Amino acid sequence: MSDDAKSLAPSRRQFLTGAAAAGAGAVAAGAARAATPDPLITEVQEWASGLGEGVDATPYGMPIQFESDVVRRNVEWLTADTISSINFTPIHALDGTITPQGCAFERHHSGAIELRKEDYRLMINGLVETPLVFTYEDLERFPRENRVYFCECAANSGMEWAGAQLNGAQFTHGMIHNMEYSGVSLRTLLEEAGVSPEGKWVYVEGADASSNGRSIPLEKAMDDVLVAFKANGEALRKEHGYPVRLVVPGWEGNMWVKWLRRVEVMDQPVESREETSKYTDTLANGVSRKWTWEMDAKSVVTSPSPQAPIKHGKGPLVITGLAWSGRGSITGVDVSLDGGKSWQEARLAAPGTDKALTRFYLDINWDGSEMLLQARAKDSSGYVQPTKAQLREVRGLNSIYHNNAIQTWWVKANGEAENVEVS
Amino acid sequence: MSKFLNGLMRPTEGGSRPRAESVAPARGGGRALPGVAAGRNIVAAAVFSLAVVSPAVAEKIGLGRPALPEEIAAWDLDVAPDGTGLPAGSGDVFTGEEVFAEKCAVCHGDFAEGVGNWPKLAGGQDTLDHDDPLKTVGSYWPYLSTTWDYVNRSMPFGDAQSLTADEVYAIVAYILYSNDLVDDEFVLSDGTFADVELPNAEGFILDDRLEAEKHFWNPEPCMENCKDSVEITMRAMVLDVTPEEESAAASGDAAPVEEAEAEEPVQAAAVLDPELVAKGAKTFKKCKACHQVGDGAKSKTGPILNGIIGAPAGYVEGFRYSKAMKAAAEGGLVWDEAELAAFLAKPKKYMKGTKMSFAGLKKEGDIEAVIAYLKSYSQ
Repeated sequence: MSDDAKSLAPSRRQFLTGAAAAGAGAVAAGAARAATPDPLITEVQEWASGLGEGVDATPYGMPIQFESDVVRRNVEWLTADTISSINFTPIHALDGTITPQGCAFERHHSGAIELRKEDYRLMINGLVETPLVFTYEDLERFPRENRVYFCECAANSGMEWAGAQLNGAQFTHGMIHNMEYSGVSLRTLLEEAGVSPEGKWVYVEGADASSNGRSIPLEKAMDDVLVAFKANGEALRKEHGYPVRLVVPGWEGNMWVKWLRRVEVMDQPVESREETSKYTDTLANGVSRKWTWEMDAKSVVTSPSPQAPIKHGKGPLVITGLAWSGRGSITGVDVSLDGGKSWQEARLAAPGTDKALTRFYLDINWDGSEMLLQARAKDSSGYVQPTKAQLREVRGLNSIYHNNAIQTWWVKANGEAENVEVS
Repeated sequence: MSKFLNGLMRPTEGGSRPRAESVAPARGGGRALPGVAAGRNIVAAAVFSLAVVSPAVAEKIGLGRPALPEEIAAWDLDVAPDGTGLPAGSGDVFTGEEVFAEKCAVCHGDFAEGVGNWPKLAGGQDTLDHDDPLKTVGSYWPYLSTTWDYVNRSMPFGDAQSLTADEVYAIVAYILYSNDLVDDEFVLSDGTFADVELPNAEGFILDDRLEAEKHFWNPEPCMENCKDSVEITMRAMVLDVTPEEESAAASGDAAPVEEAEAEEPVQAAAVLDPELVAKGAKTFKKCKACHQVGDGAKSKTGPILNGIIGAPAGYVEGFRYSKAMKAAAEGGLVWDEAELAAFLAKPKKYMKGTKMSFAGLKKEGDIEAVIAYLKSYSQ
C-alpha cells in the first residue's frame, strides 16, 4: 500500500481509540464549508497526469489494494484447526445482494479439495430404474436453470446463543452468501435414472474425505434443488465445491453438499453424523430437534455495525442491512433505533425474491445520539423474526444452530458500535 | 447401502445408453414411460397428449451411462440405523484399544476424551439438560450405525478410507467401551451390531417449529410503544473474544508486517529452489491438520516444525511426544534430511509407536519438497 493510501485510511483501531478524532471532526465540519482549497482538486494528481496499468496486468482481476481489508476472516478459537473449520463473509463491507465468490464464507469438513472436471463423476443409484454415472460434460448437456439463492450455515449466529459474544456483523452473521447459480435441476437427473415408487429420500454425498452425507426428503429433491456448476457466472471456486455442488434453497448450508459425487434414492434416511450428532437442536429439557432444515426468517443491520462505525458525525446516515427467509421471500423489514421500543418500515432495494437475500435501507438524519439499532424481518409465510428472549423461551440456552434472533448494535455518540443484548 | 433394483438394471446395448425400458409404473401422477407397450400407457399418452410438450413429461434425455455394480459397491458405503449396508467383519475391545491408540488417540485422546478442541467421543451422559451439555457418541448420538459409517468413511482425519472393516468394528467397539456401554469382552460384528442401543436413541423429536413456535407467525407485529424501557444486559466488548483486525492490510500499520513476512522466507531460502519450496508448501497441506510452521505457529495435535531440520528429536518443549519419540530422542536421534525423509516415507514403520497418524508420503519428490519447505523455516 502506498504512503498516500495509509494516511487516507485511518484504521479501525485508531478510530476506536480516538486517534482519528481530529480527522473525524474535520470531515464533520466539511459538510458546511471548506476553509482552504482542497489540494486533491487544486493540485494535479499523479493519477491525472501519468499512466495507469495496461490491460492484462491482471488476467483475472482482484479487488484494488485499498479494499484488502474486505476479506473472509476466521475465529481461530472456534475450531481445532483450519481444515475442518469455518470463516465469515465480510457482510459489513458489502452492499447489494450478490456475494462475490472470493469473499463468500467457507465451511469445510476435510478441507477444500482440488477435483478436475475431467476426473469428476456423479452417480445416481439406489431405488432407481437404472443407476447412472454422469461426467461433467454430461451435466452440461441437460437443460439448465439460473437461480439466485442464499446459503446460510445452520451455525450462523450460533456463538451468540448464550449472549453477545463476537463484535462484528461479519462474525455474528457472516456464515451466509448469496449467489446466482447455473446448473441442472436435481429432478431432471433423478428422472433420467427413474425413481422407483418406494423411493422416499435421497442421500447426497461429496467426493472429499468427509463426504458430508445428508439425507433429503424426495419431495424437496424433486422440487427446487439444483446441481450447480457455475456461481455468479463463473465456475464454482474450489472452496465452494468445484466443479459441482448441490444447492438446496432455503435449507441449512450443510445440506448443500460440495464436490457432489453421489445421489442415492432410499426408502429411509441414513441418519449420518451431520444429521444426528451435528445440526440438531438440543432444547432445555435435553431432548433435541432433528430435521430442522428450513432456515427461519432473519435480518441484520450490516452498517453501521462494530466493523463499520459512523465516521461522518451527525447528519444524513444510511442504515442498511440484509434480510432472508428459507420459507419464501422477504415481504418487509422493520428497523428500530431504540432497542425495540418502536419500529419503522425500511425501504427494500428491490422486492424480496424466493429464498434469496434482500437488501434494505433506512435513510435517516442522525442527531448524534446513541442508538440501539435492530432489524426485524418478515416473510411471505407471515413469520416475524423473533427476539433472542422469545427464542430462548422456546429453545433454552443450549441450542447452537438456527439462531435467527434479532441482533442489537449499540451505536454510541462517537459513531462506534458494539454487539450488545438488551432487555 | 446397496439396494438398487437388480431386476431393473439393463446392460448397455450398443454405444450410447438406451432409453429406460422399465416396466415399473411411473409414480402416481408421473409422466408416462416411453417404449412400453402396456395398454394403460398408450391410453394415458392419448388422453394427455397435450401435456407431452411440457418439460414435466419430457422423455428421458439419454445422457450418462449405467453404473456398474463394482462402481456402486465402491462408492455406496453408507450404513442405515438398522445396519443395512454393514459389511461382514468383527472387532473386539482390546484390538480396538490398540488401533485407537495408533490411529485415533492423537486427536481424540487415549480414552476417547478428546485432545484440545478435537471432538470428545466419550463421557457426558446425563448432561444434555444441563448447561453446556457434553455431546459424545455415548451421551448424544442416537444410532451406532452413524459411528460405524463415519469412522469407515471419513476417519482417520487426513487418511480416510484406509481402515479395514475389522478395524472399524474394533474402533467402534472401543468407543462403546470408553462410554461404559459394553464390557471389555465385547466383540462388535455385523452379527452383534443390532444388540447395541445407544442411550440417547429416544432423545430426538422431529422439527416442531410450526407448532412450538407458531406465535412467531404474527400478522401484526408491534410498531409503537412495544416496551417501557430498554437496558443493555450484555456487551461483546466486555467478553473481548473477537479476533483483532490488525492483519487487515488497509490499516496502514499492518502493511509493513506483511512485507517483513514476505522477506523472511526469501532470506532463509537463499540456497533453496523456490519452486521446490512452493511445491513443498502445497504438499505440506497434508501435514497442516496437525502441524504448524512459520511465524506465530503453535503446537497443536503435532509439534511446531520451525527449525526441525537438523534439530534433535523431541525438541519442542512442552509437547507430549510418544514414548517411542522420547526414546529416540534419548538415543540421540537428529532430524537430518535422511532421517526425516525415512520418517516421512513410512512414519509407523520408521518409528513403531509414534503418535503421528499419517500414512506417509508415497512420492520421493513430495518428501524432498516438504523438506525444502521446512528448511525455509529454519528459525
